[in-house]
Amino acid sequence: MEPAIRTRNLMKSFGAVVAARDVNVDILPGTISGLIGTNGAGKTTFINMLTGYLRPDSGSITLDGTEIVGLTSREITRLGVARSFQIPQLFNTLSAIESLELALAAQQARGLRGFALVSEDELEARAVELLKEFGLEGFANSLAGTLPEGIRKLLDIAIAMARSPRVLFLDEPTSGVAAEEKFAIMDRVIAAARHTGLTVLFVEHDMEIVRRYSDRVLAFFEGRVLIDDKPDVVLSDTQVRTLIIGEEPAHA
Amino acid sequence: MNAARFFALIAILGVAVACVGYAFPAINFLLAVALSKGLAVLGLVMMMRAGLVSFGQGLFYAIGGYTAGILSHLYKVHEASLLIGAAVLLSTGLALVVSFLIARYRDIFFAMLTLALSMILYGLLVKSAALGGTDGFNVKSITFLGMPIGGTARYSSLLVVLGFALGGIVASYVYSRTAFGRLAEGLKENEIRVEYLGASADLIVRISYVGSAVLAAIGGALAGILVGHVDPEMAFWATSGEFVVIAVLGGSASLITPFAAALVLEFVRSYATQYAPNTWQLVLGVIIFALILFLPAGLAGLHKRRKHAKTTVGA
Amino acid sequence: MSSLLAVLIDGVMHAAWLFTIAVGLTLIYGVMKILNMAHGSFYAFGAYCCATALGQYFAAGLPPMGAFLAIFMSALIGGILLGLIVERGILRLFGGRDPIVMLLVTYALFLVLEDAIKLIWGVDPYIVGEPLGLLGVVKIGTLVYPGYNFLVVVVAVLVCVVLTSFLQQTAYGKILRAVIHDPEVSSTLGINVTRWSLVAFITGSVLAALGGALTAPTISVVPGMAVEVVVMMFAVVVIGGLGSIPGTIIGALVVGLVRSAAVHFWPEVELFSIYAVMALVLVVKPKGLFAGMELRKI
Repeated sequence: MEPAIRTRNLMKSFGAVVAARDVNVDILPGTISGLIGTNGAGKTTFINMLTGYLRPDSGSITLDGTEIVGLTSREITRLGVARSFQIPQLFNTLSAIESLELALAAQQARGLRGFALVSEDELEARAVELLKEFGLEGFANSLAGTLPEGIRKLLDIAIAMARSPRVLFLDEPTSGVAAEEKFAIMDRVIAAARHTGLTVLFVEHDMEIVRRYSDRVLAFFEGRVLIDDKPDVVLSDTQVRTLIIGEEPAHA
Repeated sequence: MNAARFFALIAILGVAVACVGYAFPAINFLLAVALSKGLAVLGLVMMMRAGLVSFGQGLFYAIGGYTAGILSHLYKVHEASLLIGAAVLLSTGLALVVSFLIARYRDIFFAMLTLALSMILYGLLVKSAALGGTDGFNVKSITFLGMPIGGTARYSSLLVVLGFALGGIVASYVYSRTAFGRLAEGLKENEIRVEYLGASADLIVRISYVGSAVLAAIGGALAGILVGHVDPEMAFWATSGEFVVIAVLGGSASLITPFAAALVLEFVRSYATQYAPNTWQLVLGVIIFALILFLPAGLAGLHKRRKHAKTTVGA
Repeated sequence: MSSLLAVLIDGVMHAAWLFTIAVGLTLIYGVMKILNMAHGSFYAFGAYCCATALGQYFAAGLPPMGAFLAIFMSALIGGILLGLIVERGILRLFGGRDPIVMLLVTYALFLVLEDAIKLIWGVDPYIVGEPLGLLGVVKIGTLVYPGYNFLVVVVAVLVCVVLTSFLQQTAYGKILRAVIHDPEVSSTLGINVTRWSLVAFITGSVLAALGGALTAPTISVVPGMAVEVVVMMFAVVVIGGLGSIPGTIIGALVVGLVRSAAVHFWPEVELFSIYAVMALVLVVKPKGLFAGMELRKI
């Protein structure tokens, strides 16, 4: 099967800091992959490159076989890639439902269609669907800027999902959220993803979440892919345990 | 506000202004001038909704005024619809070209660059002997569809300006319900997210800029016709600054308040310049301080604005 | 040949004047991230203070050379007072607002100061040309310049040297650079950002007032003189890149030389030329010649 995302020899450095060193990754369509690594291992940089926010120094990224290096984040989004952010990127003075309506309207904001009236009723109906899918009905009329962090994370993801993407990148979907809410968020998101056969890559620090929700796990260390395998294999790997999870080496 | 109620409201306001003008001929000129300035301010408000403040709205106000003036003065075209049509075309063309330069800028950079661009025109106009230099020149014997306007025809002038003001409000209202219009409010809040939704922030900035330029040009052309005179002051940054003050006063939550604010300011000015000519700007400055400090809602476009809570969902 | 030389000399003199005032704007922006639209009014205020001081000084029949002390003292006292009142009394009230809102606040301040100046000094012009004659004339080839014009160049060079060496070589300068670089991080490091803001604002205000005071003897001091100045200063700092001192030097030189060339060869485009050059610079370098890129972190 052709991978949904394929990177070859991806390189990126910021001055003396190497954020990506020969990264070769294949992500199969419809799979859910966890991405783990210490702070500064290059996880966010990787997502930023995949979504066109940063341009790699060299190497190739293909989306369903099409080269996307050099495209802007806007163009990549239009090809069916969506992302959420470590710090949710919301419209703080809009309510949740208005934010989703706006996100839905974005699909039309191109060329002459952008000057056509949007159908308020249709936008609202679809926004309500999204709210329900992510369990946000109760916050429909709250301003995004006033929502608690866990809800902000979910809204950020729901906004990303408004374009019905094929590939979704989640940058730390549960960071800054109370432990008991983490699973609730992931349950929602993964259910929605499985429902539509979405390809997902998520960055995560909580190994329990990684184990529970991933089909595959990529471990990054100092800009390199340390290991790329099934969750059990990766999480029991000695290097991963010492370098990333931070356990004392092997006298267990 | 739903569409039917909105259109009913502006129809009522339109009739009300027409009646007031009929009943009090003495204020027709002032009303008409305020409405034409209001058009330029409406353009500014549409940009504020996208999070941008222009300190150079005078550029297109002057383009409008001078287009009408030059055509009537040098080419003997006296039909206002043609003059305004030409102003619209010229401002659209110029704004399109300029928009590619300024679409990269936001915040104070945008404000300063628009200011500098208006000063380019000012610098040219001041030194152009053919156009009367600092003094400008007169714009006379204009008709609108055959009916004389400007000069002493004050009530018919008011009705024409009122028509354009209402047209401007309707056009802005319709635009705010298109996809680009919707995305503009997102732009003010979070540009990164807008780009990650697949919409072009720069394109939306360019559209807002051109639209706002056209409104200013119509306002400028009408003002030139009303006053019967155009001069480089129209492009001067103090003129643009005044538009910003009016926009701040009116807030950007509504498309109607810019006109109300323009009206208030014109009235206050007509008294202030008479009785306290050296404290008019001081008063204006203090009003801005007070608005920013105590009424951030008046500053709606720059800070927060929110329609009423919408439809309830589920629970 | 001599006209080229004249363009060069006029340009440099004009650049020196621009720099003295614009570097204050740069400093205030650098530290406080406020683009001060009232900067021209500070300049005008300095000019009026100087006009009053010189008027009093000569009326008292004191030795003429002391007039220069009067010029500097009036700028210093006027600048400090105005800076203190504005920063403490007004800007403090608006702390933490968006840069664009602060732009409006300083615009309102500009409006207020315009009228305040008229209320204090009236609307009649002040003419205090006496100091112009005190420094004789300087001949360069066939060109003759009042010696006073070189005083402005000397002051600008001094300001530049003092500011640069303060920023680069002193411990306080290092702190100030940290504040300019990132106010939030600086305050977590225990730097009193509020105090440094006040220092920067007053310094900027004194520099603008100094520019005005030095100019006062060469012009007639009238209401409305602030307006042209502030937009020209914007051109300078935009060309150089906001918040950069080397950028301000380059910006001042570009504007100074372009303007003097325009005045000599094609006077009709004088004002136009400055902003046209500015637009040109921005087409090539959108952030000005010296500004670093700011990438928002996500």
